[in-house]
Amino acid sequence: MHTLALLATITVAPGPSAQERLQAALIEAAPGDTVRLAPGRFELTDGLSLDVARVTVRGAGRDATVLSFRNQKGAGEGLLVTSDDVVLRDFAVEDTKGDGIKSKGADRIVYHNLRVEWTGGPKETNGAYGIYPVSSTDVLVDRVLVRGASDAGIYVGPSKNIVVRQSVAERNVAGIEIENSFNADVHGNTARHNTGGILVFDLPNLPQMGGHTIRIYDNQVTDNDTPNFAAKGNIVASVPTGTGVMVMANRDVHVFRNVLENNGSANVMLIGYRQPYEDKAYDPTLRFVTVRDNRHGRAGFAPAFPGGRELAAALGGTLPPVFWDGTGQAIAVKDPVPTLSLNLPAPNTPLDRARPALADFSRAPVPADPPAVKLPASMEAAIR
Amino acid sequence: MKRLLAPLALLTASAAPPPVADALITGDTLPSRLSDYRFFTNGTPAARVRPYTLATPLFSDHAEKSRFLYIPAGQTARHRGDGLLELPVGSALIKTFGYPGQVIETRVLLRRASGWVALPYVWEGGDAVLKRGGKRLEVGAISYAVPNQNQCKECHQANGALEPIGVKARNLGPAQLQELVAAGMLDRAPGGPTVPRWDDPAQPVAARARAYLDINCGHCHSRAGIANNSGLYLDWEEADPVARGIGKRPVAAGRGSGGREVAIAPGQPDASILLYRMESTEPGVAMPELGRSVRHDEGVTLVRAYIAGLTEKR
Repeated sequence: MHTLALLATITVAPGPSAQERLQAALIEAAPGDTVRLAPGRFELTDGLSLDVARVTVRGAGRDATVLSFRNQKGAGEGLLVTSDDVVLRDFAVEDTKGDGIKSKGADRIVYHNLRVEWTGGPKETNGAYGIYPVSSTDVLVDRVLVRGASDAGIYVGPSKNIVVRQSVAERNVAGIEIENSFNADVHGNTARHNTGGILVFDLPNLPQMGGHTIRIYDNQVTDNDTPNFAAKGNIVASVPTGTGVMVMANRDVHVFRNVLENNGSANVMLIGYRQPYEDKAYDPTLRFVTVRDNRHGRAGFAPAFPGGRELAAALGGTLPPVFWDGTGQAIAVKDPVPTLSLNLPAPNTPLDRARPALADFSRAPVPADPPAVKLPASMEAAIR
Repeated sequence: MKRLLAPLALLTASAAPPPVADALITGDTLPSRLSDYRFFTNGTPAARVRPYTLATPLFSDHAEKSRFLYIPAGQTARHRGDGLLELPVGSALIKTFGYPGQVIETRVLLRRASGWVALPYVWEGGDAVLKRGGKRLEVGAISYAVPNQNQCKECHQANGALEPIGVKARNLGPAQLQELVAAGMLDRAPGGPTVPRWDDPAQPVAARARAYLDINCGHCHSRAGIANNSGLYLDWEEADPVARGIGKRPVAAGRGSGGREVAIAPGQPDASILLYRMESTEPGVAMPELGRSVRHDEGVTLVRAYIAGLTEKR
């Protein structure tokens, strides 16, 4: 006999023993269930976790339902998701000791209309990442707001098939960062008042390397002016304050139709990986990077990287909006602004060997954009 | 032989504790009380419930632990190299945590046909009660966290599937393996390397530190563990020095880096992120993320000596 699956909605309200009640609901949920978070503040003492597939966790709005972790005593993040087809929507996570929301090996995860915030403003003691999907295939981050992350507000770690859109990242070290990932569309976002707005990185000694096929378009990347407050040792600690879009050691990255302005170091920075490493499988260079049709406002007026001030002085006070280390293959900047190249022979060449000059891309071909990232229909349907 | 022994067991049934409730181990329910399994009766283990110890154990806020292995009658575990014993369906691992005069929790791993299931039980009165959501208890100065069922799996997983951590041939050692063979619970004990006791001063520091990092970190920080995206692999088998942390830059450490540049800086413990995170008790910085709220001074001392003794690569 066939029976219709009964999909349950379990409602959890704030109040005493919220930790145990909410965690129990997340454990006892059956695939397909919805865990509803009532309006109010949940005062939590430990990390929460979800390991059941096809569960939706839904609050009453990202200002109405708040999961507060200011008294957190354990775990590396506020909420950890390790199951597939999970939808997280309409709630806030505040003041976690480590990362905000992490999903690991969670395919087809949807983050929608969430807020992750460290309420004391930018501080080195804030957690590292706000929204942190990693090791996943098919990731959608849609209409989230992240503030105060001491590493990246929205951080997509090694994953495949990613869309980050219509979101706001402000007062983080990095607003949005796509790292060691394949096939990502980052569009319609606002990244402002971070140290760096949108970063596309690839790092050595990791299970997935060779980041590629990434489109950064129709974003507002402005006023990135928060002094770098990342803990030393992390790669973002090397991002100069006032960076708009930074692309490092990736292939097939297209940056287009963005509004880029008031970024004191550069609106766009294109570089190879500079640090020493031991990894024969790693490629530290840029390949096939196209920057075109962006709208540039003021930039390069407060370069915060070594030698930047002297360089700006030599060039009449400000640096051109696009900055390139001069390395890599098939780089094309087709914006109506000049590009400063350091003309380094290799990504790790000491900066005192730079031969700064304006780059000439007039003969560089413009390759076709990578195809749009296509997510399974179920993911879009979950937030309609 | 078995047929001859069965009547004998019946004759002594009045004195021996009742047998383990096998159907609960292999079934699909989540028994609400530890006593339901009948692993113990008035503190006496049932037949084929055997205590075991590890050469180098996990540190859990100085909790004292007792560990038992149950293999159902007529079956044996399989020895398959230095790593995990392969335990047959119907087996269980039972681990109780407590402090002098106070038993706190018992964690049970059940080997079902569908795979391993991990369940946390918290002691209340004379029995332990299932707490799938975990529980935080104040024990003197220690804020003791009983893990929730998901957290059990966070550590107990390899490539997404739950599995035991401790019952590795190399961590049990030849004497215990031979006893298990004698008890009819293990197929063979061919010998092989044993990890050193972490606190045996007669053993080399590096090997002891590697054993300590293996059992305390390697379940997550391995190529199959939940922390595999870090690129830092601290399990006993890992061969790549960079993956073992030497000169390795962090990837997602955040403030956990403590402003230090690499996981292990040879010869420089105080420039090593690994040690910074072992010394911290702050959530978001402290490692391991689960199961430790106080510093393990002796472990820190050992790993400090190990890093200090590493020579800079040229």
